Amino acid sequence: MQTQTAAATIALGEVLGSQLKPGDVILLNGDLGAGKTTFTKGIAQGLGIRQPIKSPTFTLIREYQRGRYPLYHMDMYRLESGGSADLGLEEYFNGDGIVVVEWSQYIQSELPATYLTIDLKKDAQNDAFRQINFTPIGSHYEKLVQQVLAAYHHE
Amino acid sequence: MKATNELILAIESSCDETSVAVVRDGQTILSNIIATQINSHKRFGGVVPEVASRHHVEAILVAAQDALDEAQVTYDDLQAVAVTVGPGLVGALLIGISAAKAISFAHSLPLIPVNHMAGHIYAARLVHELTYPLMALLVSGGHTELVYLRAPGEFEIIGDTRDDAAGEAYDKIGRVLGVPYPAGKTIDAMAHEGKDTFDFPRAMLQEDNLDFSFSGLKSAFINTVHHAEQKQEALLKNDLAASFQASVIDVLVGKTIKALQQYPVKQLVVAGGVAANQGLREQLAAHLAAAGLDQVEVIFPPLRLCGDNGAMIGAAAHVALQKHEPFADLTLNADPSLSFDYAETMLS
Repeated sequence: MQTQTAAATIALGEVLGSQLKPGDVILLNGDLGAGKTTFTKGIAQGLGIRQPIKSPTFTLIREYQRGRYPLYHMDMYRLESGGSADLGLEEYFNGDGIVVVEWSQYIQSELPATYLTIDLKKDAQNDAFRQINFTPIGSHYEKLVQQVLAAYHHE
Repeated sequence: MKATNELILAIESSCDETSVAVVRDGQTILSNIIATQINSHKRFGGVVPEVASRHHVEAILVAAQDALDEAQVTYDDLQAVAVTVGPGLVGALLIGISAAKAISFAHSLPLIPVNHMAGHIYAARLVHELTYPLMALLVSGGHTELVYLRAPGEFEIIGDTRDDAAGEAYDKIGRVLGVPYPAGKTIDAMAHEGKDTFDFPRAMLQEDNLDFSFSGLKSAFINTVHHAEQKQEALLKNDLAASFQASVIDVLVGKTIKALQQYPVKQLVVAGGVAANQGLREQLAAHLAAAGLDQVEVIFPPLRLCGDNGAMIGAAAHVALQKHEPFADLTLNADPSLSFDYAETMLS
C-alpha cells in the first residue's frame, strides 16, 4: 500500500490504532526519516492518546497511559551492538498495553513468537511518498491486517 | 541547621556519567567527581543500557569516597544525601538511588530525590545568583524545553519539542555525515567553517506557540544528502553542517525570544548539553539585543557544568531543602519518564 503525504501515513496508523488490543506487538521497520514515528503518531491517535508522541531514541522507551490502552513506544536504534537484556522488555510484551518497536532488528532474541511487522520505505522519486507493507506473523495478526485494510478502504 | 554551612552529598547516574559531589549551601562546589563512560559508548553510537549500568556499579562507591576526600569531609559532616530519580535509563538511575539509600540509611541522613532537569537548570546557581521569575531553555540529547520558574523550585513547561530533541537531531544527522557520537561539538565546529547554503526548513517558527520540532529538518537533511548521492554530486559537508545548525539555532532562538516576550523575566538560563554550542551562544546574544531584550541577563553554566554532574544535583537539592519539600524514604524508586508539569496553556 502507498501513502502520498505524512497526513495519509498518520491516517493509516490511526486505523490500525483503533483496532489494536492489549498485548499486540507492532514492529516498525524503515530507515532514518522513513516515517516510523509519524506512523506511531497515527497509532496513538487511534488509541485516543492526545499527548504529543515524541521520539523515544534517547530514553529507549516512552510510555503513554492516557489512551484507551497504554502505549509503549520503543526505539532500539542505540542497541545496534546489543545490550537490551537490561530493559525488562518481556514485561512490556506480556503486559497490559500495546507495544510499538522501532529498530526491532537489534532485539531479535527478545521478541515474542507472533507480531505484526510493518515496513516503511521512502519513494526514490518523491520524498513524501511511502510504500507501507504489512507482514503478519500468526493468525491473530493475519486477521488484524484484514480488519485494518477493510476499515482503511471503507474510509 | 546552620544555613551557612549546609553540606549535601549529591549523586548522579541517569545516563553515561557516574558523578558524586559535595556542595555547600547549594552554591559552592567542594568536590565534583565525574567518571565518564563516553569512550565505552562511542563505538555503539549512543548510550547502551547494560554497559551504562555495569560502569555505574564499578564507579559509584569510588566516586563517593573520592568526593568526600577531595572535599575533606566525612559522612558525619553532611546534612543530606541527594540523588537523581529521573528522567533517565532505569537501570542506570537505580544504581545511584541504591547507593544514596544505603548512605542515607547507614548515616541517618535525609534522602532528597532530584529531577535531573532541575539539576541542569540549577547548575546556574553554582556560578550565579538567580532571581525570579526565571526562564530556562533546556536543550540536550533527550530534551528541548522552555521552562518558566515563578519561584524557586516551581517548574512549568511552556514549550516543548513535538518530536525529536535538538541534541538527538545533531546525533542523527551526525551519523549521516559520518561524524562520531556525540556529534554536537564536531558539527558546531564544522558549521563555523561552512555557510548556510541549503536553506533547510525552520519548523514551527511562524506558529504562535512555544513548541519546537526537529523531525522535519532531519528528513530534509537526509533527503538532500540522498538526492545528491543518487546524482553522484558531492556536497560540502561543512555547508551541510552550517545549514543544519542555522536552522536549529534559528528555531531555538526564535522561540526563546517569543517566550521572553510573553513571560517577562530578568534572567534566562540556558542549560543541557547543547548549551555548550558556540553558535547558539553567539546567536542568542545577538538576537536578544536585536529584539530589545538586552535587559535580560543570559546565564550559561560553564562548560564543565553543562554535562551531567553531581554538583548540579546538589544545587537543586539545596532548593528543595530550603522549600521544606518532603524527603524520600527507602522505598524511593527510579522514574525514567519524570517530567516537569506542563503549563495550563499546553494542555488544551
